[in-house]
Amino acid sequence: MTTTTAVTAAPGPGAVTTAAATGQQRPKRKRELLSLYLAISPFYIIFAAFGIFPIIFSIYLSFHAWDGIGSMKYVGWGQYGYLIHDNEFWYSLLHTVEIWVISTVPMLMLALVIAFLLNTQIRFKTAYRVAYFIPNITSIVAIAIIFGSIFANNFGIVNSFLHALGGGQVQWLTDPWGIRVAIAAMVVWRWTGYNAIIYLAGLQAINSDLFEAARVDGASQVQTFFRITIPLLRPVILFTVIMSTIGGLQIFTESQVLIPGNSGGTNNAGETMVLYLYKQAFTQQQFGYGAALGWALFLIILIASIINWRLVQLRGRD
Amino acid sequence: MRIAKRSILHLALILGAIVSLFPFYWMLVMSTSTTEEIFKYPPKLWFGSKLLVNLRHVFDSISFWHALLNTLFVAVVTTALVLFFDSLAAFVFAKYDFPGKKILFVILLATFLVPTQLSLVPSFVIMAHLGWVGSFKALIVPSMVNAFGIFWMRQYAEGALPNELLEAGRVDGCHFMRLYFNIALPALRPALAFLGIFTFITVWNDYLWPLVILTNHNKQTLQVALSQLNGIYSTDYSMVMAGTLLAVIPLIVIFLIGARQFIADLTAGAVKG
Repeated sequence: MTTTTAVTAAPGPGAVTTAAATGQQRPKRKRELLSLYLAISPFYIIFAAFGIFPIIFSIYLSFHAWDGIGSMKYVGWGQYGYLIHDNEFWYSLLHTVEIWVISTVPMLMLALVIAFLLNTQIRFKTAYRVAYFIPNITSIVAIAIIFGSIFANNFGIVNSFLHALGGGQVQWLTDPWGIRVAIAAMVVWRWTGYNAIIYLAGLQAINSDLFEAARVDGASQVQTFFRITIPLLRPVILFTVIMSTIGGLQIFTESQVLIPGNSGGTNNAGETMVLYLYKQAFTQQQFGYGAALGWALFLIILIASIINWRLVQLRGRD
Repeated sequence: MRIAKRSILHLALILGAIVSLFPFYWMLVMSTSTTEEIFKYPPKLWFGSKLLVNLRHVFDSISFWHALLNTLFVAVVTTALVLFFDSLAAFVFAKYDFPGKKILFVILLATFLVPTQLSLVPSFVIMAHLGWVGSFKALIVPSMVNAFGIFWMRQYAEGALPNELLEAGRVDGCHFMRLYFNIALPALRPALAFLGIFTFITVWNDYLWPLVILTNHNKQTLQVALSQLNGIYSTDYSMVMAGTLLAVIPLIVIFLIGARQFIADLTAGAVKG
């Protein structure tokens, strides 16, 4: 939901300028300035109190052991030392990445295909767009409940379908990969339409003369796609990849609601990093360790975003 | 040939739309049937007649209306505050000059980079110190003004507010708040509609923070109550699905009212960057 370019705060050509106020008007200007600062102050106050302060406080917290009731005990780097050797954390990272890969890759490819199909002269475009977008406004709790029944072990609709095709039943909600596939399916279902509509907007911004020129020069559709469309869409693709990474590495609700018990099911197969953080902090009351896990999560998201950014940039130099 | 090509195109798009809408259809089928009817082979694929029975079970199991009212309260209050504070700040950034404007706006943009999950644990501890655990304040106050809305609305305000009109208002002696209420707010109405729907949907669907902070049972929001219903009665699919249906419908209605414009506005914000 963020944009990727910096925007200067310079006023438009005819903005209300009052800097050249004469001596007479000075008290008036002062009063106005005061109301201007007051008008923008709520954001900065709220952000300082509930945005910046918690982050600084979480550094402090992560160097302590605290169960939420007694007094905090300073433990130095103890929490981080424990984290390095905490297998369950590393497995939660692995599971998160696995779910992220099997959801993001098909999701973005499908989205690109849908965007292409929609970027033609066809009717009912708005109806299609609305249909593809509705999953995105549906709550993840509701989605997880619905998908839990769709993927139910005994004759959920997926298994009934497989049975009708002559296949065997898959124990989706107890098999480790079944759980991860079910979680990934929710992510794909909820976000494909959103990304398709972003890509579509990107496609519509490309000057159609370019496609026309390519056609005149005898370029095939496949050539046009790889030589013109993809390079010009790169900024939009980068945006979606980074947003999917940030979102994908913080998956929580899908897994927590799908498999009750806060542990991700069989062999912790669906235990993501945020679910593990939640479990440590809010069911085991390990607030210090929870804070340290938060920093680990932040670092991992930062590294992943930088890698993504570099990859998309490198491709651009070919 | 063109007709054949077009048909294939529509076929592919309709197939996608079916996948996109099927879970909703399935939710309807399940919430109108009994659990036994659904989990047999071959499955029943059409609506049943048990909706009212299933709904009664929902109302017997959780205080659904209570959770709905809680969610409505939090969503309406948060949305109203966001609309007011975001549009006020956006108006200032779009149409006024003042010392420190540039740096203040850069700070505002930089807040996009602050990761939300990092502050989950410390925020909870801070709320505990404030005595706000279990209170709606913990939900409303931190999200009553946000950078996304200010940024998005500022872009809109720059184009939508004619400087001549503001200048005329100033000459007539209107002070700042009068200009905001009489000129800026009416002109920003379309942008307010988008931001309002967006905020409402986000608050309505929020799960992790309410789960953590609303420890008080009768302060639960709908999503938390729904998740609990699913956790306790996980084998009674029909009943849980009827509850899910009730939680999902209001949002779909709100979304469909403004869907076309909403999608256009959302993508405009993402692609301009």
